[in-house]
Amino acid sequence: MSLLTVEKLTKSFGGLTAVSNVSMNIEKGELIGLIGPNGAGKTTIFNLLTGVYAPTSGRIKLETEEGKKEIGGLKPYNVTKIGLARTFQNIRLFKDLTVLDNIRIAMHQNVDYKLPSGLFRSNKFYDEEERLKKEAEKLLDIFKLAHKKQELAKNLPYGEQRHLEIVRAMATRPVLLLLDEPAAGMNPNETSNLTETIAKIRKEFDLTVLLIEHDMSLVMKICERIYVLDYGTMIASGKPEEIKNNKRVIEAYLGEDV
Amino acid sequence: MKVLNKKNIITLIIVSVIYAVVQALLASGIISSFYEITIATICINIILAVSLNLVTGFTGQFSLGHAGFMSIGAYACALINLKMNSTAGFLVGIAAGAGAAALVGILIGIPTLRLKGDYLAIATLGMAEIIRVIFLNMDDITNGAAGLNGIPRFTSWLWLFVFTVFTLVIINNFVKSSQGRACISIREDEIAAESMGINTTKYKVMAFAIGAFFAGIGGALYSSYFYFISPTIFGFQKSIDILVIVVFGGMGSITGSVIAAILLAVITTMLQSYSELRMIIYAALLIAIMIFRPQGLMGTKEVTDLFKFRRKDAKVE
Repeated sequence: MSLLTVEKLTKSFGGLTAVSNVSMNIEKGELIGLIGPNGAGKTTIFNLLTGVYAPTSGRIKLETEEGKKEIGGLKPYNVTKIGLARTFQNIRLFKDLTVLDNIRIAMHQNVDYKLPSGLFRSNKFYDEEERLKKEAEKLLDIFKLAHKKQELAKNLPYGEQRHLEIVRAMATRPVLLLLDEPAAGMNPNETSNLTETIAKIRKEFDLTVLLIEHDMSLVMKICERIYVLDYGTMIASGKPEEIKNNKRVIEAYLGEDV
Repeated sequence: MKVLNKKNIITLIIVSVIYAVVQALLASGIISSFYEITIATICINIILAVSLNLVTGFTGQFSLGHAGFMSIGAYACALINLKMNSTAGFLVGIAAGAGAAALVGILIGIPTLRLKGDYLAIATLGMAEIIRVIFLNMDDITNGAAGLNGIPRFTSWLWLFVFTVFTLVIINNFVKSSQGRACISIREDEIAAESMGINTTKYKVMAFAIGAFFAGIGGALYSSYFYFISPTIFGFQKSIDILVIVVFGGMGSITGSVIAAILLAVITTMLQSYSELRMIIYAALLIAIMIFRPQGLMGTKEVTDLFKFRRKDAKVE
């Protein structure tokens, strides 16, 4: 059964159509790649999926426990509540806060005490904070960041910052994880760590992943299916081998034959 | 009751000692009645600065209208107190003043908090001016530009201390709760906060309302201490004075605001004998501090953080 269904999604900014008539279908448990040349509209699609932009037309439906839900046009925090989490192309961590606080903030929606409890420190406040801290530490432990929990996010090395962003997205308990160029700027060593992390996420958390990436060797290696965008339209989709030999994809990246 | 842990009990003891020492100094006359005004100013400024710090320092919403909320508290308390000349009237006045300020905070916050940075600063500045002009023109109730006179004085050291501690405890608890962390995440990165499931508008308005609530308390205490209020007291200058304390102490540090409020009040008092030079020295001092410590005295750290470095496995509260 498909987890995410995108039907004829279009987004125009004034006269510019950044995304036009894009349809996608993601099954539960898949790892899907979204590729395309610079400016093809990949990040715009992410922004539409996560509620940063409202679609001009088209539908986005996410399968949840309570049946299919239309998420196009919802506010980002509501989309997150329904089960979509993302990372950003240029890292957007809470830089001046500790690693632990970054995670705890992402757990905000599953905190079970109200404002008065926090202001007057009821027992529930202490119990919930204790639980929250334990869960955050457990999550950091799984991703080997536990020993850095008290460090400020901005003091982590680049690779770990990208890593932390993924862990932070995981803390919102998503069913679908969107990764926007997770390997950008990483050295080969960091990229192989990332591959491991993505594999771990899928195995241990039973997650579906959609990722934008320019590192083709990574995409071809780990993605089960790939969608290719060019000038806002979907020009191809299929298995990595099919994409590699697709004429339109090669044209989009390298230009037409002279 | 988990509130009664070791740390909180120690805090309670320290707080009681501070109260008792100052009370003893006042009773024995070592602190003369002239310096009593300094103490009242310090307490009121702590309440105002810490509440503004919640909005500007922790939530990252630059507000230039704090004196507006202060005036709502001041007028509400004064008017009630003039009708009900008793301690009960005073407390009702404080509650009404704080409540009214919080309500106005919510009403103004919902439209203005969509703005960011300098735009928000101008909008809040305008809001405070509107409130001031309203008080100025409601002659029948507020006595217009002449102000309200002969407000009964119930603000004593005890009440000043109680409300200052109350403000500090509640705002400290807020910023260390999940709701407070949501506010801090807005300061850090609003887009990321929203995609982590935080309803940013809701939490901005929440911080704004809590800030206004305590500004209302500050204003109420002010009116009941100084016998007299008029719209000019709560002008733009007052908002700036409060903001200076916050920036001086460190945006995002509660103890920083407390230290700054005390220091600035003490400096002002000491400079009183050099009347002509006073403002120049005061201004030069502020410029010097901003050059050498642009993040303010404490930055975003609290006094308690300074002790944590010594312990190896510091607990995060």
